[in-house]
Amino acid sequence: TAKRPLSTSHSSVDSEEIKKFQLLAHKWWDEEGEYSALHSMNDIRVPFIRDTLLSISCNYHLGNPLSGVKILDVGCGGGLLSEPLARLGASVTGIDPLEDNIRTADRHKSFDPVLAKRIQYKSSSLEEIVEESMETFDVIVASEVVEHVADLETFIKCCSQVLKPEGSLFITTINKTQLSYALGIVVAEKIMGIVPEGTHEWEKFVPPEELEHLLESNGFSVKTVNGMLYNPLWGSWSWMESTSLNYAVHAVKSGAQGQSGPTDAPSEMDIQQRSATAGTA
Amino acid sequence: AQPLYDVVVSGGGMVGSAMAAALGHDIHFHDKKIALLEAGPRKEYDHMPDSYSNRVSSISPGSATLLSSFGAWDHVCSLRLKPFRRMQVWDACSEAMIIFEKDDLDDMGYIVENDVIMSALTKQLDAVADRVEVFYRSRAVGYTWPLPSHSCDTSPWVQIQLADGRRLQTKLLIGADGHNSVVRKEAEIKNIEHQYDQSAVVATLHLSEATDNNVAWQRFLPTGPIALLPLSDTASSLVWSTSHEHASELLAMDEESFVDSINSAFWSNINHSDFIDTAGAMFRSAISLLKPSGTAVRQLPPSVAKVDPESRAMFPLGMGHATEYVQHRVALIGDAAHRVHPLAGQGVNLGFGDIACLAHHLSAAAFNGSDLGSLKHLLKFETERQRHNVSLIAATDLLKRLYSTRLAPLVLLRTWGLQATNALPPVKVRI
Repeated sequence: TAKRPLSTSHSSVDSEEIKKFQLLAHKWWDEEGEYSALHSMNDIRVPFIRDTLLSISCNYHLGNPLSGVKILDVGCGGGLLSEPLARLGASVTGIDPLEDNIRTADRHKSFDPVLAKRIQYKSSSLEEIVEESMETFDVIVASEVVEHVADLETFIKCCSQVLKPEGSLFITTINKTQLSYALGIVVAEKIMGIVPEGTHEWEKFVPPEELEHLLESNGFSVKTVNGMLYNPLWGSWSWMESTSLNYAVHAVKSGAQGQSGPTDAPSEMDIQQRSATAGTA
Repeated sequence: AQPLYDVVVSGGGMVGSAMAAALGHDIHFHDKKIALLEAGPRKEYDHMPDSYSNRVSSISPGSATLLSSFGAWDHVCSLRLKPFRRMQVWDACSEAMIIFEKDDLDDMGYIVENDVIMSALTKQLDAVADRVEVFYRSRAVGYTWPLPSHSCDTSPWVQIQLADGRRLQTKLLIGADGHNSVVRKEAEIKNIEHQYDQSAVVATLHLSEATDNNVAWQRFLPTGPIALLPLSDTASSLVWSTSHEHASELLAMDEESFVDSINSAFWSNINHSDFIDTAGAMFRSAISLLKPSGTAVRQLPPSVAKVDPESRAMFPLGMGHATEYVQHRVALIGDAAHRVHPLAGQGVNLGFGDIACLAHHLSAAAFNGSDLGSLKHLLKFETERQRHNVSLIAATDLLKRLYSTRLAPLVLLRTWGLQATNALPPVKVRI
């Protein structure tokens, strides 16, 4: 596999990527428009997140299944995924480096008092919130984001820092294969216009093996990897065995005891201090 | 800002109330806000009067299942209803007859007074009053539709203005306001409609003698079908579809003449012709050669002795079908979406079928965190129901037209058709 192009900064935000999304900042909520494939992706990614979390939880009400769950939606865009998660009861923080996206997301949620209360949007990169949000979130969702970040390892490390121990990380992204070039770039962008042209760069697609490796070596345990398939005729998504195109990953951050990685093993005092501050956060 | 509801149901009749109750009892709607708008006052149904109401419905087993899914059927059973096991349908112009009956002698359906259904629904709405707010004496006088989704500067919700000046907002508006639906008209949804030259006369009748009375009878007269629906061992409900003039006559005549007209309609052979009788008999012999069990034993309908005073009423009949059942943030159910001739006894069952389908899709949408007014799942409801309803409505309309004539060729066609259908189990079961 080709080496990922090195970036000079340790930021996960890629300024070239930002420019691409700037032009479409107002198109998020047109269900039939440029983002229609993302709208219909909710039909499988929301149940995936919901059911995974329900299977872990002991105590929930089917009328409000994600009540009490704190979720970070990284690269939230116009809030397409934040809103359904909030409707299911979660408290959602949505971050996106592009101010126009946040503006669109804020405006859209403002008409629904329930959503307005449950969702907070912030124009920010992931790194920028790490310091104030150490081990704050029960769940992080990074859907259709990691194929746009500049430095994937930094991104994953930051996810680990803001996630509570045993918290869940959900990622959906695109594999780097000949098939994903043919269908994901040539057909999707250039021929059928399923995705606006130039949205994706095949070089930045992430094979699941690489993603799994990065996750496992940064304190995560990968629980599920599922292939996803888009049917352009019906505009609908479904699950499939093969991960050669799109795929979804569920990983869990190791508990406080089993923290692995290049950092020194924390002392006992560190652990006590950390859990004390987490309690008051 | 005006109060924002997740769902507003406009129209508090049987279908609107059942829709609100079904959603109110759905687990995924536990934290949602639902409103039901009803133009009339709240009716108390504490005590059923001894006499039967003249407005009854034939409830199919599927509808009974829907009503029991939110606890309303138990109330109906504890009030009163009449199960029937058999339907006999025959022609006035010939001997042809068709009998519907379930193999396992299960109930084919139930005759229930509309007031009984409303009483059960009101009870189940009261049970979820924390989720479902019922606005009585509240007529909607205006609707403001949201602009398409991508211009997000104005409110994305449906605005409803009530007659008393109050305003509501909702994410989904369900129109259950009958065949002259205001929701449908304001949404500019085209309606294919046709007024029949017929009115239905209803009345509560008392039979000459007590009987098991578990058969529903319908005879096709050239002027229209006359049906006798069982209410108890001694009482039946009349639904007689006939010309407007004849209907007015029936209402005006004295009670004795009225009863005579009914008995004559069921028993007289005045419309038979020798030709048709012979042709019919020939066909029947042919069938009994090919399929010995294919000819059924004709039962005789009960004779009527008395009509309940004050129970005679009439209402005009028509058919209607909305070209679309849904739009962004709007859905039509019941008579607002489709109106049929009572000859098939399907009217309210189609409405209950709409509810079962729409509630299923909305429940799934709620559990997916979706925007309830989104066309994506509303279109699934529309496709499923139109597929089911259109063929039934067309068939009912066709039957109505086929049976409105004395012309020999058509009588022969329907005579043989009826006899053949009676002999063919697969076709009968589908019906």
